Amino acid sequence: MAAYETQGFKLDNSGKRVVVDPVCRIEGHLRVEVNLDDKNVIRNAVSTGTMWRGLEVILKGRDPRDAWAFTERICGVCTGTHALTSVRAVEDALNIKIPENANSIRNIMQLNLQVHDHLVHFYHLHALDWVDVVSALKADPKATSALAQSISSWPLSSPGYFRDIQNRLKKFVESGQLGPFMNGYWGNPAYKLPPEANLMAVAHYLEALDFQKEIVKVHTIFGGKNPHPNWLVGGVPCAINMEGTGAVGAVNMERLNLVKSIIDRSIEFTEQVYIPDLIAIAKFYKGWLHGGGLSSKNVMSYGDIPDKANDYSAGNLLLPRGAIINGDLSKVHEIDLKDPEQIQEYVNHSWYKYPDESKGLHPFDGVTEPSFVLGPNTKGTKTNIKELDEGGKYSWIKAPRWRGHAMEVGPLARYIIGYAQGNKEFKDPVDALLKELDVPVTALFSTLGRTAARGLECQWAAHKMSYFFDKLMTNLKAGDLNTANIEKWEPSTWPKEAMGAGFTEAPRGALGHWIKIKDTKIDNYQCVVPTTWNGGPRDHKGQIGAFEAALMDTPVAKADEPLEILRTLHSFDPCLACSTHVMSPDGQEMTSVKVR
Amino acid sequence: MLCVAVPYVATKPTGDIPVTETFYEVLRRQGITRRSFLKFCSLTATSLGLGSAAAPRIAHALETKARTPVIWLHGLECTCCSESFIRSAHPLTKDVVLSMLSLDYDDTLMAAAGHQAEAIIEEVKKKYKGNYIVAVEGNPPLNEDGMFCIHGGRPFVEVLKETCADAKAIISWGACASYGCVQAAKPNPTRATPVHKVITGKPIINVPGCPPIAEVMTGVVTYMLTFDRIPELDRQGRPKMFYGQRIHDKCYRRGHFDAGQFAEAWDDEGSRKGHCLYKMGCKGPTTYNACSSMRWNGGVSWPVQSGHGCIGCSEEGFWDKGSFYDRVTDIKQFGVEANADTIGKAAAGTVGAAIAAHAAVSALARARNSTSHGQPEKEGEK
Repeated sequence: MAAYETQGFKLDNSGKRVVVDPVCRIEGHLRVEVNLDDKNVIRNAVSTGTMWRGLEVILKGRDPRDAWAFTERICGVCTGTHALTSVRAVEDALNIKIPENANSIRNIMQLNLQVHDHLVHFYHLHALDWVDVVSALKADPKATSALAQSISSWPLSSPGYFRDIQNRLKKFVESGQLGPFMNGYWGNPAYKLPPEANLMAVAHYLEALDFQKEIVKVHTIFGGKNPHPNWLVGGVPCAINMEGTGAVGAVNMERLNLVKSIIDRSIEFTEQVYIPDLIAIAKFYKGWLHGGGLSSKNVMSYGDIPDKANDYSAGNLLLPRGAIINGDLSKVHEIDLKDPEQIQEYVNHSWYKYPDESKGLHPFDGVTEPSFVLGPNTKGTKTNIKELDEGGKYSWIKAPRWRGHAMEVGPLARYIIGYAQGNKEFKDPVDALLKELDVPVTALFSTLGRTAARGLECQWAAHKMSYFFDKLMTNLKAGDLNTANIEKWEPSTWPKEAMGAGFTEAPRGALGHWIKIKDTKIDNYQCVVPTTWNGGPRDHKGQIGAFEAALMDTPVAKADEPLEILRTLHSFDPCLACSTHVMSPDGQEMTSVKVR
Repeated sequence: MLCVAVPYVATKPTGDIPVTETFYEVLRRQGITRRSFLKFCSLTATSLGLGSAAAPRIAHALETKARTPVIWLHGLECTCCSESFIRSAHPLTKDVVLSMLSLDYDDTLMAAAGHQAEAIIEEVKKKYKGNYIVAVEGNPPLNEDGMFCIHGGRPFVEVLKETCADAKAIISWGACASYGCVQAAKPNPTRATPVHKVITGKPIINVPGCPPIAEVMTGVVTYMLTFDRIPELDRQGRPKMFYGQRIHDKCYRRGHFDAGQFAEAWDDEGSRKGHCLYKMGCKGPTTYNACSSMRWNGGVSWPVQSGHGCIGCSEEGFWDKGSFYDRVTDIKQFGVEANADTIGKAAAGTVGAAIAAHAAVSALARARNSTSHGQPEKEGEK
């Protein structure tokens, strides 16, 4: 590949090639290759989804009412969000209206996922990119306590508490069996926290691990289990019975009290632990503002969390909806999931074939024909790849584009759009955080900005759970106990053909499902998911995806330790099982997928 | 008895727990006295057929031995098994990971990546040859030379085979590793294949479910660490202790089934009263799992309690058995004492009546006994 320029980045693959495979602490399988120049700055980045499951191929011919369960299994980390997207797609196709209670319960479940997912991401998937666990051994427990108490009223903060944690950590390290911390990049100069902040973060890593299992109990109450709670086309499966015989067999006052207590504890943990930690860590890294990638240029959000049931217009969605292109924050564009000109997927650099690859295809008209062909400059063999050739096909992820633009999606995209719209719920917390950190608004366009937006959103979502809980209670007090609309439950009531689209904002970003129903069965199903947008490869014009863009121009402290690469990739919270599966075209995929 | 109770004793809150503990220390921390510990050792020695003379050796080993290394691999999957594992309430996940075993490799949680991560697999294989456990989440696809799932530039199936070669035992987490799960549903475009079909000559424990219950996962692991053996398995390779009985036979709504009281539509009177979900497609009568006894997420609820029928996620091929809302009609009736093995044997023969008949018989029995719960149901009509 000759050096070339795209989207404001100069790509040059002439320098030292560094391969990271597997990228760990993510969902699924991801490989990344970069080229470093002689100053160890990333001058080329290649993001490769390394798995394909073919779920939409499997969905063809099934009962549309079952689709939520199949698509929910796309991802067990953002569990439930695919299921919700799926029931919305089916309801859109069949024009099914759900009761207000079902809307409130679905919103509580979706917001609950946001809170859980963001918290687990920050502490268990991302923290080790900022926190040096081994350095915590050098911390003074007293000073750690002083630090903790200076930033939060969280009660677990005594010197003795941190001393105990440190002693446990010491014994653990001295055992020589480091478990998940083995071969980490401890001592790398890109770690900036003092030992006390590291020790505090280690303590909260363990506390968050204990607490996260409590958060999801909201899913268990309404959906029966977590991961993978149960959903229902037309509403929610959990009936409500406040006072009659058999109330103990349904959602009742005791169940609702449990929901309420979990919501309260989630708010408390987010505000007393997560947010203070985020700010404390950010203060030490605010000089490291790499990784902005596409965020200052093109961002997109479908919006989510409908205030009133059945109204999916931008004005009724509490999470912002729209697209910003070319960095023009003064203009937030409308999005239409059904407009064939807007969302299109390209496969020029993906392991699929189109009859004509110069054009992208809208989800309703997509084609999937796996074609595992490597570029001529690949190093290694087909089943032992040393270095990929990004001039050819190099990923199991397609390259989706919005009106031809590569877009970043996710919490940062949502906050930028909310900020651009002047929505106080998003603008005010951002301004307060920027002020606290004493950085300009442009600091948002960075790896750190992505991580910070996720924390703010966690807090927002925790409070919005409370809002919908109150809304649910108000409705119940008014005597409305309905949870499901069964008018169109029986397939005999459906039209011969129908098509629809459903969307949510998954923790990782904009998620859409497109369904075509024919003779009561799924004729066609497609998902375009957040990590398809963020982790996708180059397109027909050579435009790079959001992961690739974010890695560009980042200096790496030690070429053989990919700490900065992991830090930026993790800031997107990659979810590869979501991204690397694609749709079935009408009737074509069954023959195009070779079954040996 | 002590040896059964050990893994299930809830741990104390954090604060004074040393992180690196031998097995003995874990037991002590959980309130087990030294006397009980020694008794446990002699019982273990006897049960293993070693005689009481071996007890001191076992005690010594448990007091000093290193934590068992675990390599947790990911194939085609959705990571719901990992997510479920970290939900464990007893024991807490942090105690499992920090005190009971050594989770040396797990792409989802480990700090390292790339070649630093891959070096760990090699190191564990060499250092703990024959003494480490491989936990597999997901499964290998065999089409496209295995390249529908690439790990370190190579087919996942190769990495799986190499890693398992020197393992002591293999745990197949969830429906993916045990049976294939959703990516293996028809037409299985990637030829996703269960672990036991590509790995041979090793003990393999199938722990199905999508995902399995958290405490079932940690229960299986702690059983293996406690007894240093794999649990008793049924013919499908599932631990009998958790998969020995049907959801239906331990369901708290079973009384409504026997009384002929059913939910007939979503959010109807029966749904609100917690009646049986059989007519809504519940797969409890054909599903072997612990959900109706142990329940989910620390015992908070489980699918039937929250109003949706069981979808049968711990059964082989559950994705291809019709809609989740189709009523089960083709399954044999057995008593609570029957397990999957006896059902399987009997199903091959001539014993058994259709579940619909079972429902009808139950309803008739109820009618005969002149209880008054409304009209008896006529099963099999709707």
